Amino acid sequence: MSSTRRHLATVAAAAMALSLTAACGSDDDPAADGGGDGEGGDGVTISVSNLPPATEAATREAFLARVEEFEAANPGITIEPSEYEWDVTTFAAQLAGGTLPTTFEFPFTDGQAMIERGQLADITAEVEALPYADAFNPSVLQVAQDDAGAIYAVPTAAYGMGLHYNRALFEQAGLDPDAPPTSWDEVREYADAIAEATGQAGFAQMSQNNTGGWILTTLTYALGGRMEDGSGDDVTATLDNEGTQRALELLRQLRWEDDSMGDNFLFDWGTINQAFAAGQVGMYIGGSDVYNSLVTENSIDPDSYGLTVLPLDGPDAGVLGGGTIVGVRPDASDAEREAAVKWIDFFYMSKLTQQEAALADAEALVATDAPLGTPALPIFGAEQLAESDAWVADLVNVPLAQMMPFKDAILDQPLVPEPPVRAQDLYAELDAVVQAVLTDENADIAALLQTANDNVSSFVEAG
Amino acid sequence: MNATLRWVRGGGLSTLLLLLPLLLVFGYFAWFPIGRAVVMSFQETNLVTDPAWVGLDNFRRVLEDPLFWTSVRNTFYFTGLALLFGYPVPLVLAVVMSELRRGRGLYSALAYLPVVVPPVVAVLLWRFFYDASQTGVFNTILGWAGLGPFSWIQDASSAMPSLVLQATWANAGATVLIYLAALTAVRGDLYDAAEVDGAGLWRKIWHVTLPQLRAILLITLILQVIATFQVFTEPYLMTNGGPQNATVTVLLQIYNYAFRFGDYGAATALSVLLALFLAVLSAVYFRLTRSWSTT
Repeated sequence: MSSTRRHLATVAAAAMALSLTAACGSDDDPAADGGGDGEGGDGVTISVSNLPPATEAATREAFLARVEEFEAANPGITIEPSEYEWDVTTFAAQLAGGTLPTTFEFPFTDGQAMIERGQLADITAEVEALPYADAFNPSVLQVAQDDAGAIYAVPTAAYGMGLHYNRALFEQAGLDPDAPPTSWDEVREYADAIAEATGQAGFAQMSQNNTGGWILTTLTYALGGRMEDGSGDDVTATLDNEGTQRALELLRQLRWEDDSMGDNFLFDWGTINQAFAAGQVGMYIGGSDVYNSLVTENSIDPDSYGLTVLPLDGPDAGVLGGGTIVGVRPDASDAEREAAVKWIDFFYMSKLTQQEAALADAEALVATDAPLGTPALPIFGAEQLAESDAWVADLVNVPLAQMMPFKDAILDQPLVPEPPVRAQDLYAELDAVVQAVLTDENADIAALLQTANDNVSSFVEAG
Repeated sequence: MNATLRWVRGGGLSTLLLLLPLLLVFGYFAWFPIGRAVVMSFQETNLVTDPAWVGLDNFRRVLEDPLFWTSVRNTFYFTGLALLFGYPVPLVLAVVMSELRRGRGLYSALAYLPVVVPPVVAVLLWRFFYDASQTGVFNTILGWAGLGPFSWIQDASSAMPSLVLQATWANAGATVLIYLAALTAVRGDLYDAAEVDGAGLWRKIWHVTLPQLRAILLITLILQVIATFQVFTEPYLMTNGGPQNATVTVLLQIYNYAFRFGDYGAATALSVLLALFLAVLSAVYFRLTRSWSTT
């Protein structure tokens, strides 16, 4: 009896083990591996990011129509659209796991670190073959290049940092929403008035997930300072420069002397947008394209939105730029890389360089009430931007008049790129400095900056 | 040959085959990643191109990072506070609840309820409660008694205690149930005997309840220490390490290395250090308490 039971158990266990091994094995079945290496037979298959989700039917359809159009024009290339959207926390894992699309969008601010870590393909040859390769605004293209000038991605949209303000809170505080502040003294004065009259934060500042350092760097540039000095292998950290000291002093005054910054000092990009759209923040610093996100993610009331340039103060003062770049997986084959750059040229760049494509894209956006017309900075040159803006001027659906203080002045402001070496680590270090100034009345700004500069120097000098 | 046959006939083969699925699953999903992490801690990798061996560089970088000692200090602080407040609370609740004649089920359910709330939801809810303005939930309630307003998580000195308070609320329920189950195993005649000897409530708890729960108390203690040393959800969601790095814990630092800065070498090196520390701590703990846990 017991022997029979033992045999039955043996058979059952063997069956279970086999089924499990089979289940594990099916993962390695080459037939199940979608596009394979993308070079099977005559054609090549690449996957592309940012397919709008099914909830945005019109833009999704427009995207898919562009895919068909591309495939018709390039018979050897098959496109697999993916809803993937950039997320710094999952990027490396998806890249390693093979689920990252062949081409993907990401922000300027992550470009240098990804190039350093070898997470992008070198597409210099493919980009240089494009007819407009020489026309890129050099300070914009720089974010996608390494020290030797090799190109790893293509900039597709650029913005400058600006001052966003809530027109409704301005009115409640007796301020003229058509006359936003033009100096930092006025920013202070207006913030105080808003806090006093409305009980909301007159001015708010991001401080988490590297955004504290990012915005402090923006303020520093606006006040004539720089976080790093030099270029190439000879870069030194200069976090304790006068501009940063003045920027932190300004924050200290807003927070502790005027008490005009509300009660929350742990904002990041998402939460500050949320608070601003909810009418809890009078003014804050952010990229000029934030309005798009405020509409699609935070349902802001367009009437309450205002945008102006940051006041620049000092001979070297400038505005920090940002934007979107599109790169290619580092393990893409030659054929995939070539196809990917063709797609980037067709899908992203033609909107900027060809009227017909610009109109088709604008119509698709407007059909889903997606914002169109938010002020941008030129990828190529100011004239070209004015021309492409004019093509779609009739379709613009954002309150452009409320953004004119920015649009009218931004092209006159000198654009300064991000710190060249380890910008994200530098920002992380400065997060704690910003938080210290905002949460500790007795914070010693000079000492905090000295410590931060020592810490950053050690990795900046190491390269 | 004979020995092999005997092993097969004796059920060795079927045992092995029965174990095989478990071993495969456990090996593939638990031991293999652990092994990979140890290997990766000696490499520089972007997870795509071939990794480069860098010896102890990752460990050196982690140990030289100014945030390393801050995160260690913060983790010890969290663990200490969690032990001080979080360890006795479930025990007290369980003892009180076991003394109740009616509604024990209801109270158990109420105590366990926070465990059922998904941690992310609970933490975000508490972040809302901790609103530092006069009109924040906790500040409003304390304001009725003339207290506050307090800065809660917006201040470096009160941020960590605020996290401990939330963590205790969220996790006490599960331990309460373990203690309640253990308390049912305490023989009633021991209490009767103690009562006959004139023992009051405190002496009954001290001389009967606690000694009877000794084994379970020692296990929950080390489990809590290990869990609190790996605290992540609360600082990640509530403060993201701020203000002024006051709530950066070792696990948050590991997360930041890996997912904020893409430095998998440093992340795995710090993970290995944490695992080694916890292994040594557990070994020492069990050696020290071996004689106490036998009942």
